[in-house]
Amino acid sequence: MKFVDEFRDPQHAATLLAAIRRSVSRRWTIMEVCGGQTHSLLRYGIEDELQDLVELVHGPGCPVCVTPVAAIEAALALATRPQTILASFGDMLRVPGSRKSLLQVRAAGGDVRIVYSPLDAIVLAQREPERQVVFFAVGFETTAPATALAVLQAARLELKNFSVLCSHVRVQPAMEQILLAPDCRVEGFLAAGHVCTVLGYESYEELVGRFRVPVVVTGFEPVDLLAGIHECIRQLESGQPAVANQYGRSARATGNPAARRMIDQVFAPRDRAWRGMGVIPGGGLELRPQWEQFDARRKFNLEDLAGCDVSDCPSGAVLAGRLRPPDCPHFGKSCTPEHPLGAPMVSAEGACAAYFRYRAAPVGQAEVHTS
Amino acid sequence: MTAAQSATCPVLTDGDAARITLAHGEGGKLSRKLIRGHMLPRLGNRWLQPLGDAAVLSVAAGRLAFSTDSFVVSPLFFPGGDIGSLAVFGTTNDLAVSGARPMWLSLSLIMEEGLPLSVLDQVLDSIAAAAHQVGVQIVAGDTKVVPRGAADGLFINTSGIGKLSEPAPLGPATLIPGDRILLTGPIAQHGMAVLAARESFAVEPPPRSDCGSLLPAVEALRSAAVPVKAMRDATRGGVAAVLHEWSDACGLTLSIDEASIPLSGEVRGLCEILGLDPLFVANEGTMLVAVGPDDVDQALAALRSESISAQSVCIGSVAARTISPVTIRRALGRAQPLDEPLAALLPRIC
Repeated sequence: MKFVDEFRDPQHAATLLAAIRRSVSRRWTIMEVCGGQTHSLLRYGIEDELQDLVELVHGPGCPVCVTPVAAIEAALALATRPQTILASFGDMLRVPGSRKSLLQVRAAGGDVRIVYSPLDAIVLAQREPERQVVFFAVGFETTAPATALAVLQAARLELKNFSVLCSHVRVQPAMEQILLAPDCRVEGFLAAGHVCTVLGYESYEELVGRFRVPVVVTGFEPVDLLAGIHECIRQLESGQPAVANQYGRSARATGNPAARRMIDQVFAPRDRAWRGMGVIPGGGLELRPQWEQFDARRKFNLEDLAGCDVSDCPSGAVLAGRLRPPDCPHFGKSCTPEHPLGAPMVSAEGACAAYFRYRAAPVGQAEVHTS
Repeated sequence: MTAAQSATCPVLTDGDAARITLAHGEGGKLSRKLIRGHMLPRLGNRWLQPLGDAAVLSVAAGRLAFSTDSFVVSPLFFPGGDIGSLAVFGTTNDLAVSGARPMWLSLSLIMEEGLPLSVLDQVLDSIAAAAHQVGVQIVAGDTKVVPRGAADGLFINTSGIGKLSEPAPLGPATLIPGDRILLTGPIAQHGMAVLAARESFAVEPPPRSDCGSLLPAVEALRSAAVPVKAMRDATRGGVAAVLHEWSDACGLTLSIDEASIPLSGEVRGLCEILGLDPLFVANEGTMLVAVGPDDVDQALAALRSESISAQSVCIGSVAARTISPVTIRRALGRAQPLDEPLAALLPRIC
């Protein structure tokens, strides 16, 4: 499969591993921002392979994990509202709010539907004019353009029964927050390639200038990740941090102008509480006033719905890279994918879930016979 | 994704067409008409024809295998199959991989009020064709109708009895280190075909279900006198679920090689896009077979002689227990734990 196989090529990966091994003079600490990258690093055993050379710190780029409890509580309330359909990405369904998850609310009779695109929610609203359809909009700048498109389409169709529970978040303010923390150990970033595909990476110049850390735009396949780590280490060793792009097949400096325009047209940045990380200045997106008729919080008066964070789960420390999942006292004991204490154990992009899936038992170079 | 109606899906919008009503399930004239007019002509045989309360079956000496399964698939029709063929192959495959030759099947239909008769006919035709292919007789049946909204069009239960062909497989508890694990075809075809049809994913070509009878594959192994240790069709939970079951049964570690697992381009593409692992996705005509290391070539040759298992390969082996019950060697050569399917697969966000 083109654009996949060549980036999982064992030969190419081995060459990069050897190059990383040669270039390292000390153990550097690098954060991969996106949860998809975390899963790949563990799935392919890259973290084990590099253990002595690089400390990989897992970043906050798991949209499900950072969605605050208050937003999930609002979604749960909407799902139980009469004549209301809550449309959500599937990954969100198992995440616990303060007491329940959307899956549990659905089992109890709430109308929760899995959609694959916000535009599916528009189709739903057209098909069920008697009901209110609310799209639970989560995700980084990767999913925000599709939500923006849905809002523009709802406006064009003059839909009265469609709205958006907007919990979109912005990745760069979170990276800044991590660097500003007094105990920050991160020396370089692998930036999320798909976010850069949308936004470009020019804005990272300012981050590099201010904090003197390399920012390497990196993809999600093993060869992508190794190339990103290699470039990051090259910069760290030479003491010349810069913005570099190792995801050239997808990301360009200026991103995708059409998608950026659409985000700007529909959303404005605002301060936003992230689950476990507190309020991040400019860390979220909200609908601009001209689209307020599609704002579910306003439409259903949800602004004051608050829930308490699950106190036992130190997910904030995990998301900021201060706590490695296996070092958490609850990991694999009172917290498993079946009974998660917090979102990072649930999501397909959560760091705790990645460790649980791929590192429950390191087995190394076992022999496998296929003949 | 944009809507793209599957070409095999019957049109359900014909308002005036004949439909199932609650009266069809009341046991009166309409029930009889439904059975005599729609079922018997397609499925009738000397056991079913008398419409008695029970079929009376004669059993020769030997052991029997008995299995039951219910089918609630949505949509009812999908590329590669439909709920009818699935209901026959599903239960008879369970018998076949247990080492039994399917003989008799019961058929229970739970219909939702409003189901078009033309859809029922199409499903019955498919049941008849599948039963004929397997050589199984439908000897008992039941129909119920529930009010609109109480079911999703049509639910089917089939129970099957088969005659065990001795020697039957010894079972996964007898696996020992060195045994090999064979897989009879590309995986995840059924689960992705149904998902793509249900969500109207516009993928070209659409994934096609592997829904089919495994009996020829099992019989090919028997004719070749391959000593089979274990066989299991990899339905819900996919290949990963079977590997975990076997590992539990024998207390050893099962190790597979990702690169050896056959996967069609369309299924792989869809799984990549949705973030789903094909090892956890359902199959309906693909099984795992465990044999001793010296029997691999003979087993593969036998399996490859039948079209349902033409793409059979060896995907891994059994070894002493490490901490992980199942491991997988991925692209970079490291073996990693392969976890057990937990719950419904939910597509990722980005």
